[in-house]
Amino acid sequence: MSLSVNIRGGRVIDPSAGRDGTADVFIVDGTFAAAPAPGAAEIDARGLVVCPGFIDMHVHLREPGQGAKETIATGTRAAAAGGFTSVVAMPNTNPVADHPGIIAWMEERAAETGVVNVFPTGAITVGSEGGQLAPIGAMAAAGIVAVTDDGRCVQSHEVMRRAAEYAGMFGLPVLDHCQDASLAGPEAAMHEGFWSTVLGLPGWPRMAEEIIVARNAMLAAATGTRIHCQHLSSAGSVDLLREAKQRGITLSGEVCPHHLALTDEALQDYDTNAKMNPPLREQSDIDALLGGIADGTIDILATDHAPHAVYEKEVEFASAPFGIVGLETAVGIFCEILLHRQQVVDLPRLISMLTVNPARLLGLDRGTLAPGAPGDVTLLDPDRAWVVDREQFASKGRNTPFHGWPLRGRAVRTIVGGRTVWNVPE
Amino acid sequence: MKWTRKDLVALSDLSAEEISFVLDTASEFKDVGRRRLKKVPSLRGKTMVNLFVEASTRTRTSFELAGVRLSADVVNIAAQTSSLSKGETLKDTAKNLEALAADLIVLRHSAAGAAHFLAGRLRAGVINAGDGSHEHPTQGLLDVFTIRERLGRVAGVKVGIVGDIRFSRVARSNLQALVKLGARVTLIGPPTLVPREFERLGAVITHSLDDVLGDLDVINLLRIQHERQKAGFFPGTGEYAALFGLNAARAGRLKPEALVMHPGPIHRGVELDGSVADGPHSVILDQVTNGLAVRMAVLYLCGSVPPKEEA
Repeated sequence: MSLSVNIRGGRVIDPSAGRDGTADVFIVDGTFAAAPAPGAAEIDARGLVVCPGFIDMHVHLREPGQGAKETIATGTRAAAAGGFTSVVAMPNTNPVADHPGIIAWMEERAAETGVVNVFPTGAITVGSEGGQLAPIGAMAAAGIVAVTDDGRCVQSHEVMRRAAEYAGMFGLPVLDHCQDASLAGPEAAMHEGFWSTVLGLPGWPRMAEEIIVARNAMLAAATGTRIHCQHLSSAGSVDLLREAKQRGITLSGEVCPHHLALTDEALQDYDTNAKMNPPLREQSDIDALLGGIADGTIDILATDHAPHAVYEKEVEFASAPFGIVGLETAVGIFCEILLHRQQVVDLPRLISMLTVNPARLLGLDRGTLAPGAPGDVTLLDPDRAWVVDREQFASKGRNTPFHGWPLRGRAVRTIVGGRTVWNVPE
Repeated sequence: MKWTRKDLVALSDLSAEEISFVLDTASEFKDVGRRRLKKVPSLRGKTMVNLFVEASTRTRTSFELAGVRLSADVVNIAAQTSSLSKGETLKDTAKNLEALAADLIVLRHSAAGAAHFLAGRLRAGVINAGDGSHEHPTQGLLDVFTIRERLGRVAGVKVGIVGDIRFSRVARSNLQALVKLGARVTLIGPPTLVPREFERLGAVITHSLDDVLGDLDVINLLRIQHERQKAGFFPGTGEYAALFGLNAARAGRLKPEALVMHPGPIHRGVELDGSVADGPHSVILDQVTNGLAVRMAVLYLCGSVPPKEEA
């Protein structure tokens, strides 16, 4: 199959170059080029947006060790179906990806079974247990793009400080799941507020996130290392991040679709598909997150795609694992909320948050249509109306609260290195 | 009115009319308890399973006796003796019970939402006998029944609930029922145990028992659990008793007709002095008697609704 294609007549939006206009895009042997290759395949992109392939910097592929939830094969197909050409894999697998051997295994497995680019992260600490530093240098040599103990949060400020100092030596950002374990302990099941009170469920207060965001601002300022706060959920976190950025601190943050689309009210029937960590919060938090996106405080969108088997979620609320799948609904949710309903960003800004911004943070040679870069393209129809049907997911996960939601905006074709890996069914 | 619920999961689900209807039905069953022959054939041929995944003696016994007096066949299953202790999921355990044609499952569980979870998945009726910190609907009903029986009304009655509100399913069910029936509810305790969010459910919150004591028609004292002290919610039972315990001196400031209630088991000398528990204001044993009548009413009503067909 030829890896040369000419994508003709679309609205080309490449925020990395400030481009927005009707043009042709050429991929020659898997790489963007200024001129078409002879005999290249033709794609008619009229009426569609042609943009760099989307990058999701927060994905749980569950392999190795948790194949009942997801595999690299199914997770990358879900990514393709959602318009993502690259995914950043979190290290909370079984065993934890805290060693170059596991990183190499994942890369090999991704090359054999994956259909989109997989960029592994390594654990900050051995076993993500928050104590001894994992072999970050050896994992850097093996190809990790960041370190994180995601799913858990390094509780010792001393360990986190040393991790930031040490990872900075390799130019690696530190991604942090911001959660103070004394304020949001193992019992915490949902946002602490009215609904947790009604439902009698132990609460996860905003301050448990905000205290760690504030800590990370201080550590980033002191070390100069990029610390990236994952899946922000609370209004106070946005304020802290805004202030840190204004002071020039290397702190950043990402937002997930569910934290923009739902509040804790979604748990009123103990729906375990609305149980996630950090939890769904209140409308005032959604408003603050939207405000943070509007003014650029938050400049990265990610999914926190967290597949679980049906039998794992179909239990009493307290016993259910946290998380929902997100790869196949994210673009629809983001377009629906950010473009159509709230209109907090325009299309180039939205695309930048899914392409060039995460690419720059992670040091990837992607997120751009520049000649010479890998030919990853997402063809987006930002107005296409569709209805979420979890039975159609490529992911093994069915754990979504968005089943049946009508959305506007969908990737209609996903191209990785010149190869089409997804075409929307008619 | 016509009762249409196969389950009783939470009083937050019920209308004021439904709550009153259960109370009226309970009044009739209370009369049965006064007869020489205390048994009626209402649930003859029906099978009721007491599935108690969390320890309980009082509530389980009350439900068991209620089922027996309605002529149901009653089976008790405790967590330690069930397959749940072997790792079987709650859903599978309940499906197995249903396959044995249980008509009613009375569930006590440590997880909030457990009764809701089963009710949505079973054709059998599910009665919540307490789910974590969520609700204990029959306790709420029996408390309101006792207030109505003693004071003749619920609307306008000033009820104070004292203690571990944060973790209390009894407080939640009481609050839901009392607010719906027009009572004025004050929640009393330290801020660590009485979250402000309860105001949105219609309660007034105070941290001073002495400020409100003389104005209450009913004071309902919740059991203070030692685990809470260990978790740092208050410094110790001594300080708790000094601030929020209903001792004899405080009881002397109650209105003459005020009722003292407690869902049991009592920690004498902590939330309630023994002399008050046994004193003239106390209706604690009435609560136990009324609990039986209320549970008979709930079992009868839910057990008489035809099971829903498989979808």
